[in-house]
Amino acid sequence: MDLGFTPEENAFRDEVRAFMNEKLPPAIRNKMIEGRRLTKEDIVTWQRVLNAKGWAVPHWPRQWGGTDWGPVKTYLFRDELQQAPAPEPLPFGTNMLGPVLIAFGTEAQKKRFLPRIANLDDWWCQGFSEPGAGSDLASLKTSAKRANGHYIVNGQKTWTTLAQYADWIFCLVRTDAAAKKQEGISFLLIDMKTPGITVRPIQTIDGGHEVNEVFFDDVKVPAENLVGAENKGWDCAKFLLGNERTGIARVGASKARIRRLKELAALEQSGGKPLIADERFRAKITAVEVEIKALEMTELRVVAERTRSNKPDPASSILKIKGSEIQQIITELLVEVVGPYALPDQVPHDESDRWNEPPVGPDWAGPLAPQYFNYRKTSIYGGSNEIQKNIIAKAILGL
Amino acid sequence: MDFALSEEQQLLRHSVERLFADHYAFEARKRYAQEKDGFSRALWARYAELGLLGLPFAEEHGGSGGGPVETMIVMEAIGRALALEPYFATVVLAGGLIRLGGSEALRAAIVPKIASGELILAFAHAERQSRYDLADVAATARRVGSGYMLDGAKSLVLHGDSAEKFVVSARLGGGQRDRDGIGLFLVDAADKGVSTRGYATVDGLRAAEVTFAGVRVPAEAALGTPGAAFPLIERVVDAAIAALAAEAVGAMAAMHALTVDYMKTRKQFGVTIGSFQALQHRAADMLIALEQARSMAMLATMMAAEDDVRERRAAISAAKVQIGRSGRIVGHGAIQIHGGIGMTMEASVGHYFKRVTMIDTMFGDADHHLGLLAESGGLIAA
Repeated sequence: MDLGFTPEENAFRDEVRAFMNEKLPPAIRNKMIEGRRLTKEDIVTWQRVLNAKGWAVPHWPRQWGGTDWGPVKTYLFRDELQQAPAPEPLPFGTNMLGPVLIAFGTEAQKKRFLPRIANLDDWWCQGFSEPGAGSDLASLKTSAKRANGHYIVNGQKTWTTLAQYADWIFCLVRTDAAAKKQEGISFLLIDMKTPGITVRPIQTIDGGHEVNEVFFDDVKVPAENLVGAENKGWDCAKFLLGNERTGIARVGASKARIRRLKELAALEQSGGKPLIADERFRAKITAVEVEIKALEMTELRVVAERTRSNKPDPASSILKIKGSEIQQIITELLVEVVGPYALPDQVPHDESDRWNEPPVGPDWAGPLAPQYFNYRKTSIYGGSNEIQKNIIAKAILGL
Repeated sequence: MDFALSEEQQLLRHSVERLFADHYAFEARKRYAQEKDGFSRALWARYAELGLLGLPFAEEHGGSGGGPVETMIVMEAIGRALALEPYFATVVLAGGLIRLGGSEALRAAIVPKIASGELILAFAHAERQSRYDLADVAATARRVGSGYMLDGAKSLVLHGDSAEKFVVSARLGGGQRDRDGIGLFLVDAADKGVSTRGYATVDGLRAAEVTFAGVRVPAEAALGTPGAAFPLIERVVDAAIAALAAEAVGAMAAMHALTVDYMKTRKQFGVTIGSFQALQHRAADMLIALEQARSMAMLATMMAAEDDVRERRAAISAAKVQIGRSGRIVGHGAIQIHGGIGMTMEASVGHYFKRVTMIDTMFGDADHHLGLLAESGGLIAA
């Protein structure tokens, strides 16, 4: 047993850190620190910086622009990226669709889509959830009927993150209504410009517009856009959801938020002294730091295990649950730091950058209450924490 | 970065686990507890034969030069078995003080006897008023001739009733809670002026109140530098906390396994209770708490011998916080899921729960260590 990284791994960490310091645009970094929303341009700009370095899709095979870092370096890269703090490459293409295409796609599909995913030339969104199919994903109803080399798609997707920016959507659709739940599903790639697609925004409790409803009305999709075999889409979905959980612990991001929390708690006065000097408040922060350390060690154990075996590890459910709980508690503590200045509504309620200027109260207060409301999502998405506990009960405990 | 055991460490683990599998069925444990010392002298001899009692000591003194990982392996197995023998008191605590603070002559005289199982030791340090403050020592050591005279009352001395020798902390100077001025002395339990009152602890082990009244010890009995022994105490206690964390993980893992097994066999409403989602989720919460504790016990182990005191103390405190919190989640869940049977003395699950609860109270509970860690600036620099 040994906690240390090798000299080569440490040099790699230094290299990544230096790259972040040099290449991450300060305006984007500041938004990340302050918890302000990123624009589409911010996300595209940064991913192209990463891609120019060959680091947008490090977990892909070399042939498609990836690296051969292995689990430890991939972990170190992500940790440094999150601690910078820098935005993650857009996950829908890089973490979800990319690996599915690499595993199940045709050569033509790989050549056509993978390079454009890495460079964020195509903005992908995920069409899985439906109004009647949330945690019970396999009960989805959106239908695709094959006719003359095309599929005709009808139905509705929901909670579609950043669909308002998307060029393409990957969808689970029902191609055999008579088959058992999981067996009549196919995985289909759909151009968002196709006639018959309507995107309607959903405003979330933080006032933001991250998610959407997407409606399909006789949408004509070329049959060549099918990934894998017809009615075998559930295999792609299971594979994708397994990948979705890697990196979900977000330990690096939580460390960066703790630094921000301590910085703000040192600025804010309470009873004539900085809030950080308040023993009760400091103990709350410290309790979260202990949780983060334990999660970091647990993640490292999973990473170390991955260097031995490449099997999906049900322990990633533990990372998802603890990771989301920690992210949520930090947003809670940030609201406690803001105190009464959580009250003024200062964030834009649309795509614009129209903040309530000049700010009421401290200029850092505005985004923190909305972020707290927004982060309730972390225990819901990516397989809700209750679903993760079902997975633990079944896959680890054998119940 | 590697969490795997070496081949030798795996062999050690197998031999320890075999020892307890063969000799520590729950009914056997009850019998050992009834023996005169509250543990099995025969098994203590087996520990010695397997080399467990010499594990952390130098080879020249009959040891095998093991480190914190080897201690972790033994302590985790002790936790799983709920073993009663004074391994922690003799080898980890008093043995640690002798190993790191004893003169060459003292180590040459004492360590072989520890390793062979002839000598049981205890660390007489805590006092009625000291609670979790390691520097709060009211017992005194006065220089008399070339040696010392010790006076004071020590409390909660683990296995103090069977110890043949004590390592005793006593103050040579400074105020009652000063870090400076503390000395450590090796004292024979049979010496004039030493009186011991042994008792059972709620977790089935033994402890004693030990009084030292005008006890004379020679200069050679001092460990470390008389008057400047506090860093030694702190260092050994940190390693001891890492060891307790491993024991707690062993006990929690056993409790969790018992609970999941019970969920697969106990039937109500015509089905096994493991089919109920409310219980499944509680068992999942227990597993998460166990794995987080295991991660932190590993961290504590790997930091136990760290020379940077601030880094070491931060990791140890963080681990103690996690162990305390996880212990409650696993313990409460285990009793609750077992239902009525979990409340009875005849089921082992409750005994694990009691041991894990008592581990939280030793050398600072979760709240105490959270306070220490917060005061030192936490784990993540602003």
